[in-house]
Amino acid sequence: MATTAPIHAHAAPQGFIRKYIFSLDHKIIGIQYYFLALTSVFVGMFLSLLMRIHLIWPAANLPLIGEIKPETYLSLLTMHGTIMVFFVLTTAPQGGFGNYFLPIQIGAPDMAFPVLNMLSFWTTFLGFVVIIAAFFVSGGAPLHGWTGYTPLSALPSAGPGEQLGADLWVISIAIFCLASLMGALNFITTTLDLRAKGMTLMRMPLTVWSWFITAILGLLAFGVLLSAGILLLLDRNLGTSFYVPLVVVNGQIMGHKGGSPLLWQHLFWFFGHPEVYIAILPGMGVASQILSTFARKPIFGYKAMVYAIMAIGLLGFMVWGHHMFMSGMSPYSAFAFSLMTMSIGVPSAIKTFNWLGTLYKARIRFYTPMLFAIGFVSLFVSGGLSGPFLAQPVLDIPLHDTYFVVGHFHLIMGVAAIFGIFAATYYWFPKMFGRMMHEGMGKLHFWITLVGTYAIFMPMHYLGLAGHPRRYSQLTEVGYLHNLIPLQTFMTYAAFVTIAVQFVFLFNLFWSMFKGPKASDNPWESTTLEWTTATPPPHDNFGGHTPVVNHGPYEYSVPGAPRDFVMQTDPATTRAH
Amino acid sequence: MGLALLAVIWLITLASTYFFIAKTWWFPAGLSTAAAGIDHQFTVTFIAMGVVFVAAQLALGYLVWKYRDRGAASSPVEYSHGNIKLEVLWTTLTAILFVGLNLMGSPIWAAERFRPAKADALPVEVTGMQFAWYFRYPGADGKYGRTDPKLMDPSSGNEAAIGLDTADPAAKDDVVTGTMLIPENREVDLTLRAVDVIHSFFVPNMRFKQDAVPGLAIHMHFTPTQIGDYEIACAELCGLGHYKMHGMVKVVSQADFDKWLAEREAAKQ
Repeated sequence: MATTAPIHAHAAPQGFIRKYIFSLDHKIIGIQYYFLALTSVFVGMFLSLLMRIHLIWPAANLPLIGEIKPETYLSLLTMHGTIMVFFVLTTAPQGGFGNYFLPIQIGAPDMAFPVLNMLSFWTTFLGFVVIIAAFFVSGGAPLHGWTGYTPLSALPSAGPGEQLGADLWVISIAIFCLASLMGALNFITTTLDLRAKGMTLMRMPLTVWSWFITAILGLLAFGVLLSAGILLLLDRNLGTSFYVPLVVVNGQIMGHKGGSPLLWQHLFWFFGHPEVYIAILPGMGVASQILSTFARKPIFGYKAMVYAIMAIGLLGFMVWGHHMFMSGMSPYSAFAFSLMTMSIGVPSAIKTFNWLGTLYKARIRFYTPMLFAIGFVSLFVSGGLSGPFLAQPVLDIPLHDTYFVVGHFHLIMGVAAIFGIFAATYYWFPKMFGRMMHEGMGKLHFWITLVGTYAIFMPMHYLGLAGHPRRYSQLTEVGYLHNLIPLQTFMTYAAFVTIAVQFVFLFNLFWSMFKGPKASDNPWESTTLEWTTATPPPHDNFGGHTPVVNHGPYEYSVPGAPRDFVMQTDPATTRAH
Repeated sequence: MGLALLAVIWLITLASTYFFIAKTWWFPAGLSTAAAGIDHQFTVTFIAMGVVFVAAQLALGYLVWKYRDRGAASSPVEYSHGNIKLEVLWTTLTAILFVGLNLMGSPIWAAERFRPAKADALPVEVTGMQFAWYFRYPGADGKYGRTDPKLMDPSSGNEAAIGLDTADPAAKDDVVTGTMLIPENREVDLTLRAVDVIHSFFVPNMRFKQDAVPGLAIHMHFTPTQIGDYEIACAELCGLGHYKMHGMVKVVSQADFDKWLAEREAAKQ
């Protein structure tokens, strides 16, 4: 723990560019990440809107866009998945809120490596520019899906969009990997070295634990994806055959020999499964923090929560094969991957029980952040419980690559993670921007989003049972899909309503930034360190002094204490831990 | 607000569960020998997960309503950091549940995948290419003839599409079709191949799915139990025509199958 003057301290910058564009301040960088993710999520959501329209009205002539062709549908799907997974679900919770609040919550003046921090943001931004460019090059965006299975993604002649668009897709992901590696190093070093006096590991807020473990996952996973991406670029452009055996596309023999398509799947999912936890762990941390705060009750089983995060992180690296039960991988290895995957349900269940335990005999205040945290728990349960179906190879026979999978991962790593982001936004907005968000608009946003997302994604499970394969751009060719079109139509209407209400959120965000009522330093009566400093926090976070921590992170309703919360910096005289 | 949350969470839970239990949208009939085992494992998992789902959501709705802040009327908050006995209890219970389900399902997986096809199984080679399925029967000699990538001509279909080398004697009696005809109650010994990208051979009624991967010849088998026509849908994204890469499995009697194959053989001579 650093008790001497930290070497990374830097003076407050002068001038607009150093202050707001190429800033070294983790708070500005966090906001930059947040707005990058906000832009991305609206792009990704717009793509999904076009997909939903195309599925129901394939011949629709849309203003400015025209008719969506089947291959364009696949490009939309690829870009939706890629943008959402990388530039939203990885960027907002970790890059955005993690960057802003991890240093403050551990009592540090900044990240350990501010220049690296700035570099990781601008590298991520470059990755975003490159992925968006894929829309505008000749041939358009790739159609190989966000998983980019080879040989489809390795052969420029395998379909429209597989030329320059596919190269840009790989390059963007490689750039994103580099940025994430830089970010991960920073998070890990900061957590280990820059904690304030008294901030022992077991006094860290669960948000900090989740960002810390997420960073470790990122460090181990993104390096593998980066390597895999480079090999794919070599296969595509320099004639190597890492992933491509001898193949014949439309009667033409391709110049490859001896490669293994399954190698890509192993490398991709070795990254891809931990990535799921990279997206959801910060949401778990946020949900814990907010449930405890607004329940006015210590988090139930703090240590169990910490060990569960660790267990999920560890097991997350041993389960990638469950994406490959139908791939032709050895059927014997399915046993091990299945057993490990089922085991990962145990720490996930522990977390759910502990959230319910936190609400038991509590005194719940229903502000918007709390509503989204409760929604998170509900969605986490719903999305999580379809996991043990897909974790069993024998049930993957009917369910793999159907809408059941799409429903599962959208509920858990899509919507639940997004609820985590919303909860964090409503909770920390006052600290970040000095004003309160509008409660009425927040609640409207919550109710319609909760019901709407269930209405979109729960029916996907029914479609999956009926055998509806995913990634079908038209439902007219396979006979048994015809009966499912009414359900698909219902989901499209649900998507219209749900998407519409996101603009209420967007309006609330910007309106509140300028017109919201001024926020006090601690509007939610929270206990962690960010609420001990000014709103918004000064350049060095704590205005020239380093906080000293005397308590655990969630000391609410301590008997005998003067208020119903004991802040982490309060004198160590109360009965609180 | 607490009551609204309770109502909405409970309603979502009941509505979601209703459509599962009413089987409004459900699996098509399972008409292979493996189907009963797979469907049973699904049912067991569904009951277990369904009970947990309903219990957890009902509890969540109840707790947020029951322990809402009611000002002065609220009971005091219980100052507690958890309960180690409860943690051990629910960790043990979920471990038993999840690992138990895994152990139950494993023999069903092993029964089909850990043994070769039976000696009297009908060999059929399945070839996937953008965007069609081809099925090859080795003929009386029981041997597949040679195929050559240089001879592949997808526009001509069937034998030419998979590049069958007619110079090879073993290829003379190979029959290639675009529709899969198989006899009922006889195991089919599949060899799955793909010539360009990955495809997936998915026949919902047979409870059968297996990727066809370029460079690999994957052996699988299944036994249809009822005469009828069943759709094949490609289940791995394979390019712009993925949605129309479908086909038919026609399950017929052994006699009809023999008659059909003999006609096809005769037509080749």
